[in-house]
Amino acid sequence: MLNDQGRPTAPVRNGDDSDTRGTFTGNRALAQEEALIFEIGRVGTTGVDIEEPTAFAPRLGGLARQDGIGLPGLSEPEAVRHYVRLSQQNYGIDTGLFPLGSCTMKHNPRLNEALARLPGFADIHPLQPLSTVQGALALFDELSRWLRELTGAEAIALPPKAGAHGEFCGMAAIKAAIAARGEAATRTVVLVPDSAHGTNPATAALLGFSVRPVPARADGTVDAAAVAAALGPDVAAIMLTNPNTCGLFERDVRAIAHAVHEAGAFFYCDGANFNAIMGKVRPMDLGVDAMHLNLHKTFSTPHGGGGPGAGPVALSGRLAAFAPLPYLKQDGETFTLVEDEASAREAGAAPLGRLTAFHGQAGVFVRALAFMLSHGADGLRQASEDAVLNANYIRASLGNLMSVAFDRPTMHEVLFDDAWLKGTGVTTLDFAKALIDEGYHPMTVYFPLVVHGAMLVEPTESESKASLDLFIATLRDLAHSALAGETERFTGAPHYAPRSRLDETRAARQPVLRWAPPP
Amino acid sequence: MTDIRYTKDHEYIRIDDGAVATVGISDHAQSALGDVVFVELPEIGRVLKAGEEAAVVESVKAASEIFAPASGKVVAINTALEENPAIVNEDPFGNGWFFKIELADAGELAQLLDEAAYTDYIRDLA
Repeated sequence: MLNDQGRPTAPVRNGDDSDTRGTFTGNRALAQEEALIFEIGRVGTTGVDIEEPTAFAPRLGGLARQDGIGLPGLSEPEAVRHYVRLSQQNYGIDTGLFPLGSCTMKHNPRLNEALARLPGFADIHPLQPLSTVQGALALFDELSRWLRELTGAEAIALPPKAGAHGEFCGMAAIKAAIAARGEAATRTVVLVPDSAHGTNPATAALLGFSVRPVPARADGTVDAAAVAAALGPDVAAIMLTNPNTCGLFERDVRAIAHAVHEAGAFFYCDGANFNAIMGKVRPMDLGVDAMHLNLHKTFSTPHGGGGPGAGPVALSGRLAAFAPLPYLKQDGETFTLVEDEASAREAGAAPLGRLTAFHGQAGVFVRALAFMLSHGADGLRQASEDAVLNANYIRASLGNLMSVAFDRPTMHEVLFDDAWLKGTGVTTLDFAKALIDEGYHPMTVYFPLVVHGAMLVEPTESESKASLDLFIATLRDLAHSALAGETERFTGAPHYAPRSRLDETRAARQPVLRWAPPP
Repeated sequence: MTDIRYTKDHEYIRIDDGAVATVGISDHAQSALGDVVFVELPEIGRVLKAGEEAAVVESVKAASEIFAPASGKVVAINTALEENPAIVNEDPFGNGWFFKIELADAGELAQLLDEAAYTDYIRDLA
């Protein structure tokens, strides 16, 4: 159960002294250093003119705060500069190619943003009377229709706010369905292939299931026979990602689904990699019962520093009745929301409960539907085809230099291992860090765990051939350098970033999670 | 020669005296894991079956389960690892031990790899 972790990290100063002697301000030309807001803000300063409250009788009793809370205050230009400077230190898909495997870092078309800013979407509140937000609800319904069409699902649960939340929703629906059959006490195991995203076993565990791993075959895919052997009357579901985290299509998926259903269990598919098959395969046709869709991956909405994402869940006919509250209902021309369990049960549903206060990430829904409508059915299909083509172009262009983990055409991402680095003194981590010096965000490293020293590259369909060619040329130059024994380019990398190699070990062992004023 | 045995998952088990044995991870394991940042140990008194998940070791990049190499009852845990998990990297066979178990059946150890077999095994992995 061990994987290679690369070089133990240690803090490395950037370059020699002449490089770090620095300037009077600490800035380097127009690259600005920026202090924490607590260090530059002043208590009592504010950017807005608020009237002093007149005397009032607090009703908090003994709970009233005695002292100020010490929030830093900034003038408006100071606040703007602070956040703009921080944003300039960030690297995003708007900065450059972002090959982070398994994350589908595709371009968010500006048309999405224009539509999401329309006041009818941007300036509404979830507690407004429903009669005043019919347009937004109609958009939710249209989004749901597109997602049903793409997946073959019976119902779409819109509330989940991210992929892992979607997994939780789908697995909770499966748990509810099993409980409804009276098998809650006996079906307590979830099968998870060992190439799965870490969120899969975590989701199963959070819902009270125990996890039974299914080993991968030598070719990186899941063996239907191994699944069949792991199945039994105690199994509630399998959680499978297709294409899987090695970027390979699970060819036995129908046989696996058949075996899972024969054994009375459900098939959860992790939709993280839907960008490879959008418009090509309807997952429900493969026997899937539930699958989340990462709108922030496949449908181009921003990942936004961990949020806001959205992870609606496609549910098959066997699970549709268990969809969470609230859900949309259409009466003639009017949309309403079914908000409470009693009304849902009256209508014959058996909702698993409520996952969010409101109905999901409305702004993300607008962007995702804008992406779908602007591409059309044929455009979505082509987006997937181009994503797969781009990944295979990278594989074909680097496969004679770096070692591909599985020597066969890949889906939307391509997986390399570190066999080609053997004996060079350069690890996967060093190689990834050197890519930062070249101005690229690194690929995903050391995942999936089933491959030694993994490097997982996902270019998405957003990149032009010129962009891919430059990226490939960069990787080839780095690879030649590593193979030629130029280890200093790698072991201390990044050399040119504002901060060099960070001490990840110390950060994990002695985390400082709360800022305190210097003594 | 010390009586030390290994699993293919890179745990070691070493008989201390009679029925009590010490469990940890091999030098190869700590090296492959990289800097260990967290160790979760079993509770004293817990009865483990061979192959059962007994502890968790987390390094900078990943968390791995530690499986009981043999059946028995946990009689001691190395609480020093909770404060300073780096000992696992520094001294895996000494101060970096994980827990001690009272063996249910010392005969189980015969099924594990001895020093020579384990050395061959990790050479083949490399």
